[in-house]
Amino acid sequence: MNQEEIKEKLLSEFGTDIIQDSVDFRDQISVTVSKEKILDVCRYLKEDPELSFNFLSFVAAVDRLPKTPRFEVVYQVHSLKHNHRFRVKALLDETAEMSASIDSVVPMWPTADWHERETAEMFGITFNNHPDPRKLLLPDGWTVHPLRKDFSLYGTEEDTPDLPA
Amino acid sequence: MGIKGHLNDTVHVTNLEWFVNWARKSSMWPLGFGLACCALEMIAAFVSRYDLARFGMEVARPSPRHADLMIVSGTASKKMLPAILRIYEQMAEPRWVIAMGACACTGGIYKNYAVVQGIDRHLPVDVYIPGCPPRPEALLDGILQLHTKVMKEQSISNPRITNIKVASR
Repeated sequence: MNQEEIKEKLLSEFGTDIIQDSVDFRDQISVTVSKEKILDVCRYLKEDPELSFNFLSFVAAVDRLPKTPRFEVVYQVHSLKHNHRFRVKALLDETAEMSASIDSVVPMWPTADWHERETAEMFGITFNNHPDPRKLLLPDGWTVHPLRKDFSLYGTEEDTPDLPA
Repeated sequence: MGIKGHLNDTVHVTNLEWFVNWARKSSMWPLGFGLACCALEMIAAFVSRYDLARFGMEVARPSPRHADLMIVSGTASKKMLPAILRIYEQMAEPRWVIAMGACACTGGIYKNYAVVQGIDRHLPVDVYIPGCPPRPEALLDGILQLHTKVMKEQSISNPRITNIKVASR
């Protein structure tokens, strides 16, 4: 299936309440889905026989500061069976009380485990029901999120010490 | 036969300190330890084209307990630093450290939150080798400089003590 057909299929299955937006850039379409339904959309992407996106290429995030919602989580999926690819995004926001959060897609694609751990530590996004929510690359004691736009590249002695205290 | 023939059946007199230094510098075994792209230049220095064996250094020890020299060859990330310090602590005295390449000397191009801005913030470095990465010739030169330094050490009368703060993890 081509990109347009995949998008139409998703729209007819979920409707515009869930598939909120789509962008066509150089023949690559990415759709924005409602973050509450990300698991349902991913399950459909994987299990529908015409789509069968059985391979998750990556999970990543974008910090869109100063726009709101601030974060965008990006899922790039690939079907090894049909050799087609598609990109799904979800927008999340963080409030003073609540960190940005979205459901983990590890139940669908186990490879999401490390991708989500990296995204979580680098952007401070919580992946709900993640099976192993430890840090992946950063030292355990750090509480900063280095890929956020408002993080200083150089870090500080307090936030990013050379050695664990 | 052998060394007896060289000595011509005579007594040879030398300074004990000089002899100890000579023995140390002539078989200084480096730790087989690479951190980044500099490690490839270090490997090139070990193998036949540059041949570190000429200086008694051909045995790169995988165990720090057998090694005398730590060549910090590359970018030391902050996540790696506790492991580097642990390895250094496991090396027996006397021990020496070469900071190889711009990253090990100063952090190099990685002026950021994740990289140690010079391994000399945590280890007593004997020789700095600049370059990105330094060529094997530069590493050889640094090692020869270290040999010169070792020959000047007061290994008996004033032995060096390089205890550092123990890494907590």
